[in-house]
Amino acid sequence: MELHDLTVRELRQRLAAKEVSSAEVTEHVLRRIEQLDPHVGAYLTVTADEALAAAKAADEARARGEAVHPLAGVPGGLKDNIVTEGVRTTAGSRVLENWTPPYDATVVRRLKDAGVPVLGKTNMDEFAMGSSTETSAFKKTRNPWDAGRAPGGSSGGSAAAVAAGMGYWALGSDTGGSIRQPAAFCGVVGMKPTYGLVSRFGLIAMASSLDQIGPFTRDVADAAELLNVIAGHDPKDSTSAPGRAPDFTAALKAEAKGLRIGLPKEYFTEGISAEVQAAVRQAAAELERAGATVEEVSLPHAEYALGAYYMIVSAESSSNLGRYDGVRYGRREAGADVPAMMTATRALLGPEVKRRIVLGTFVRGKERLPEYYMRAARVRTLLRRDFEQAFEKVDVLLTPVTPTTAFPLGRRVRSQMEAYAADICTVAVNLAGLPALSMPCGVGADGLPIGLQFIGPAFGDAQVLQAAYTYEQLAWPEGAGRAWRAGKEVDVDGH
Amino acid sequence: MKFTPEQVRALAGQARLGLTDEEAERLAAQLTDVLQEAERLKELDVEGVEPTLFGVQLVNVWRDDAVEASLPRDAALAAAPDVQDGFVKVPRIVEE
Repeated sequence: MELHDLTVRELRQRLAAKEVSSAEVTEHVLRRIEQLDPHVGAYLTVTADEALAAAKAADEARARGEAVHPLAGVPGGLKDNIVTEGVRTTAGSRVLENWTPPYDATVVRRLKDAGVPVLGKTNMDEFAMGSSTETSAFKKTRNPWDAGRAPGGSSGGSAAAVAAGMGYWALGSDTGGSIRQPAAFCGVVGMKPTYGLVSRFGLIAMASSLDQIGPFTRDVADAAELLNVIAGHDPKDSTSAPGRAPDFTAALKAEAKGLRIGLPKEYFTEGISAEVQAAVRQAAAELERAGATVEEVSLPHAEYALGAYYMIVSAESSSNLGRYDGVRYGRREAGADVPAMMTATRALLGPEVKRRIVLGTFVRGKERLPEYYMRAARVRTLLRRDFEQAFEKVDVLLTPVTPTTAFPLGRRVRSQMEAYAADICTVAVNLAGLPALSMPCGVGADGLPIGLQFIGPAFGDAQVLQAAYTYEQLAWPEGAGRAWRAGKEVDVDGH
Repeated sequence: MKFTPEQVRALAGQARLGLTDEEAERLAAQLTDVLQEAERLKELDVEGVEPTLFGVQLVNVWRDDAVEASLPRDAALAAAPDVQDGFVKVPRIVEE
């Protein structure tokens, strides 16, 4: 097994036992990024010097016998909508192509305080709007398992980096599925925590009532480790849930007996391919054989989630993106007066961003507000209640993540809604603010990974991790993402 | 309802968003499609249902009225495209 194939926990053990140094490991991964990333395109910015400095500091602290954070010296990447002081942060957009933030996001602060090296900033759909990372203004990211396929989005760079051994973990963000869907497409574990569990301070805002930062890792235990570093109240984020987060690694118990699993029937319809449904049902059957109870439940308003989501996300993001006006930072285009300057500057935004800004401006207009946005907000309440009612009967829900395996790069869709239908299994979770984890559960006929999703009640993140860990121990005892990776070399243009 | 390119241009104007004619036409068709999905929400009876506007049920999150360090002005202005005398400089706002 190569150094870059280790899980976070395995690496931590070797670092603690001084079998390997952080500097060695970080150098190894940086070399791998140099060799591989020209073909994958996961990273927009690589911060080699900073990563090595942090790695060396961790090594020195360990050598001095100091108590170090367990994850000190374990390097990974950050989605480029997470703000890093002194390091270019673009959100995948031309309007921020050379922006250097003057502060760190809270999650970055916490990683730095723990001595965790950051390898760089990963590629994403522009302002997190998209499901394939193709709307990045800078480059495409290729799915490490098939260069002609998308890695998913909007956190495609982070998913691809972890899948291809170019980092032991990565952080992404999820507003409508942007961690969970790329995790499924790339055969890794991806988790969206309960809304409010992880600080959004320093996350370039897309939809403020939906966005959450979360980890990509090679197995479920690693996701719990990363969550421990980043979760917990932040006074700088007024939507941050009060109180300290629990130790999520305490949830890593494989206990199928007593676990009540619900399969929402609305998530197993003709919109989802037969092979994806079969793979998810097979996982349910394995859990049942091990002692879990599996029952069909209903989320009666599920078919309205996509419509409600696009009303809310476009309203909120059109409001948040108003700040990119060329005045105080980012690109500024020339204009005879301020409105002209703003209009010319914002002309640099990509087509998907423009779509959502125009739609959102419409939906927020005084005359239309009750008809579209407020109605969607009421439907959001109905969706939340559906989940609450389901969780009276079961501990977790088990669903597909995506309708198919990774679709091709450059795919043509017949309508805008067809493109948005990629999110059909993920958006309701954000609307309800619930925790959800995506992990591999099988292989498609095309050889690409299929993912499943565990959804838990609000602040049931430990429950979700436990269910996921239980499944992983049954099906992929060596770690779902790592098992998926085993024996495969990244196949990008024959490299 | 159907979006027209004129409507799209008017909305883009409100959002200070530069669009070419071609973009406005394409957007009109695409947004009509998305709005159709949203129209389906009218099938539901939402009478008496409170809207969910936030991600959490927190209300009035306060902090102590105590002075804390904030971003120094130089750092805040460092990325500004044009700065003069400690101010961000922009093109003309007020007519002569």
